[in-house]
Amino acid sequence: MKILVTGNASPIGKRFVEILLGRGHVVIGLDRRGFWHSEKFPEDKFKHYQCDVRKRAAEDVFRKEKPKGVIHLATVSHLQHLKERGQRMNLGVTQKIVEFSHRYGVKTLAFVGRHTFYGAEPDSPLYHKEIEPPSMSSGLPALSDLVAADLYAGSALWRYPKIATSVLRICYTLGESKSGTLASFLKGPKVPTFLGYDPLFQIIHEEDAMNAVATAVEKNLRGVYNVAGPPPSPLSVVIRETGRERVTLPKALMGIAMGTFGLSKLPRGAWDHIRFPVLIDDSEFKKATGFEYKFDEAMILNQFKKS
Amino acid sequence: MNSREISDRLSGLPLKWNSFGYDKFGISKRDLSRFFSLSHIFYEHYFRVETIGIEHVPEHGRGMIVGNHSGGWALDGWMTLASCFFAKNPPRLAHGMAEKFMGKAPFVSALTHKVGQITGLPENARALLEDERLLMVFPEGARGTAKLFDQRHSLVRFGTGFLRLALENKTPIIPFAFLGGGEAIPTVANLVKLGKFIGVPYIPITKYLLPVPKPVQLKIVYGKPMHFDGNGTEDDATVERWVGEVQAKIASLLEVAKQ
Repeated sequence: MKILVTGNASPIGKRFVEILLGRGHVVIGLDRRGFWHSEKFPEDKFKHYQCDVRKRAAEDVFRKEKPKGVIHLATVSHLQHLKERGQRMNLGVTQKIVEFSHRYGVKTLAFVGRHTFYGAEPDSPLYHKEIEPPSMSSGLPALSDLVAADLYAGSALWRYPKIATSVLRICYTLGESKSGTLASFLKGPKVPTFLGYDPLFQIIHEEDAMNAVATAVEKNLRGVYNVAGPPPSPLSVVIRETGRERVTLPKALMGIAMGTFGLSKLPRGAWDHIRFPVLIDDSEFKKATGFEYKFDEAMILNQFKKS
Repeated sequence: MNSREISDRLSGLPLKWNSFGYDKFGISKRDLSRFFSLSHIFYEHYFRVETIGIEHVPEHGRGMIVGNHSGGWALDGWMTLASCFFAKNPPRLAHGMAEKFMGKAPFVSALTHKVGQITGLPENARALLEDERLLMVFPEGARGTAKLFDQRHSLVRFGTGFLRLALENKTPIIPFAFLGGGEAIPTVANLVKLGKFIGVPYIPITKYLLPVPKPVQLKIVYGKPMHFDGNGTEDDATVERWVGEVQAKIASLLEVAKQ
């Protein structure tokens, strides 16, 4: 299948291209950034277009290439890095992708979303199912934008029923690319945690996540699905097994300490994500696709430690 | 019971541990071992708990043990957990439905989760039953633990949510009576305002002030499983009638326990 992938120039996107090619697909990349190792892939199997999805040139790519599948990977997920200018970016880009997919006859569309959609709250269910509404409590613009993009992508299911749209809410990913929300949080040698809290973290290896997305497209999956890997482990274990040092602080000191003394930083609106768990029930995705993860929790954390 | 025997019993639990000794609900094998080592001292020696009818608790598969509250705080739940672990062969881990305030409290939320006591939400209860676990439910809620010493053998109003959940999930209800908690923690008053100030429903006060339990013998009597034919969509009157049957059964088990 000819599959267009947005955000393919990111470290994880580059690996995703390799995986799709390995599964026998023709890949069209679309990213604002250049794809620096495109020479590795045969020209008849891979083409990269450097342009912003919101610009006219992106529509030309759809018009010219006529992809049958689209994987929208380009949502900005790094809570630490999202700046003011990006606060409505995910929604804007997603609107364009859905619109172009409808206009140019795309058969299957996968939106790669985040499990943080459900929010981290002390009195929410331990495992979230797809029918649950998004969290409204964080007040963090970055998360609100991701939620809006997720809901818009989901609306394609009734807006454009001819497109098999899947909205995949994927748990935290870790892998060799060292990119993503959790990887950024674990970047430094010392990781801050809240005194008295040790939430469960659900992590999938990035290769497993990519294979799950590819499977969704290949099976023309339609609907909203949670995608997870092995069973969760507490944050303290994640920190220990990735070779980092856990620095436990009371809430009153967290604002001062974060970002200093080698500690990683999180915006205040995301603090609850390291106080309370956000776990997802992925049974519907497994039932619909037969997907099984290959990397268990020890393999994921050990590989991240070594990388 | 030494640590090796506790470890053997832990291995007998039908739980799947990940590489680091955690199950999918965040239960820690290491913390569970410490918890039951401590619990054994209280179950066997301090309270000398007498457990009757443990054979009625299913050996495997989903189930809901439903009982009365007895004592000013969760002493009853703690010893009921211990009875399912120490008196049952093979052992079972009962999952209590923790009060919502416990999910927010630092240290408490982390510790309770690691020994399988999860916030009392219908979604969490459903997830545990779908995973063929044993739920421990006290339908009297906080009203039940707030009973004063002279009300210790009474039952207060039962909530109906547990029965709808059991019907929805085709789960047998195993009634039980807990006797002695009121004598162990003889509550004379509950400080509601102070409790709310620190984020709990109330603080029980005994005549010696602190709600430290006395070494009184406790008794737990399990009854035969109760099955109700329905799917959880029944009208309130029907569900309330069935809840009444469960409540009456627990009351009769309390009478058995007193003998």
